[in-house]
Amino acid sequence: MLTCKQVTRIVSQAQERPLSFMERLKLRLHLMMCKGCRNYNKQMSFIRKTCCRLRGD
Amino acid sequence: MNMKIEKTFDINTLRNDMLRFARLQLRDDHLVEDVVQDAIVAALSGSQQFTGQAEIKTWIFAILRNKIIDVFRERSRHPTCSYSDDNRLDEEEDEFFNKQGFWYKEQRPTEWEHPEATFVADEFWRVFEACLTSLPENTARVFMMREFIGLDVAEICNELRISENNCWTILHRARMRLRSCLEKNWFNNEEPKC
Repeated sequence: MLTCKQVTRIVSQAQERPLSFMERLKLRLHLMMCKGCRNYNKQMSFIRKTCCRLRGD
Repeated sequence: MNMKIEKTFDINTLRNDMLRFARLQLRDDHLVEDVVQDAIVAALSGSQQFTGQAEIKTWIFAILRNKIIDVFRERSRHPTCSYSDDNRLDEEEDEFFNKQGFWYKEQRPTEWEHPEATFVADEFWRVFEACLTSLPENTARVFMMREFIGLDVAEICNELRISENNCWTILHRARMRLRSCLEKNWFNNEEPKC
């Protein structure tokens, strides 16, 4: 079972590299149970979108 | 200057966007003016044909990004500070997570309602810029190389001569801090739920 701390690191790395099968599985399991990390996950995508706007894309 | 450009092109708005973009990354007003000037001159002196403002913006920002990469390259040749601050991450995370590694209640991410609707608000961009500017300079630079310049982690490692792990750590730290800053200063209306 991943902790929230580990989840935030993996969510960030997911923007940089493909996650392994086990990582994806554990991540999904955690996100199913934790609203805080679900919000975090969505907010990471939002931050990326925001940066795309700023860079003129 | 190409007539087509003159007709469809609002240079002042574009120049302001460019200045803002460059200022966030370079943190040196003189350098920012120079880089933006160079990018505009380079864009307008090219033989590229444009059909509208959006296309010009994409093109001119691509040039600007290259100019900023050149500055980063120059700086990494003469590093003024070290990127080996890896081990501080655990300490920093103590601010957000308890000993078991779970969110402190007051740090737990809350739901942001329709975040993309805020793109139209000038005030949101001011907050976003302030949050970026509040990051430590090295952290901000790596984050911007990744997200604004569009380099991947391997390229950043190569440019700054840091390890992949260190790069991930720095990016993670930047995202954690940005998120927390945006939540506190922009999306702060809700109580934590779960």
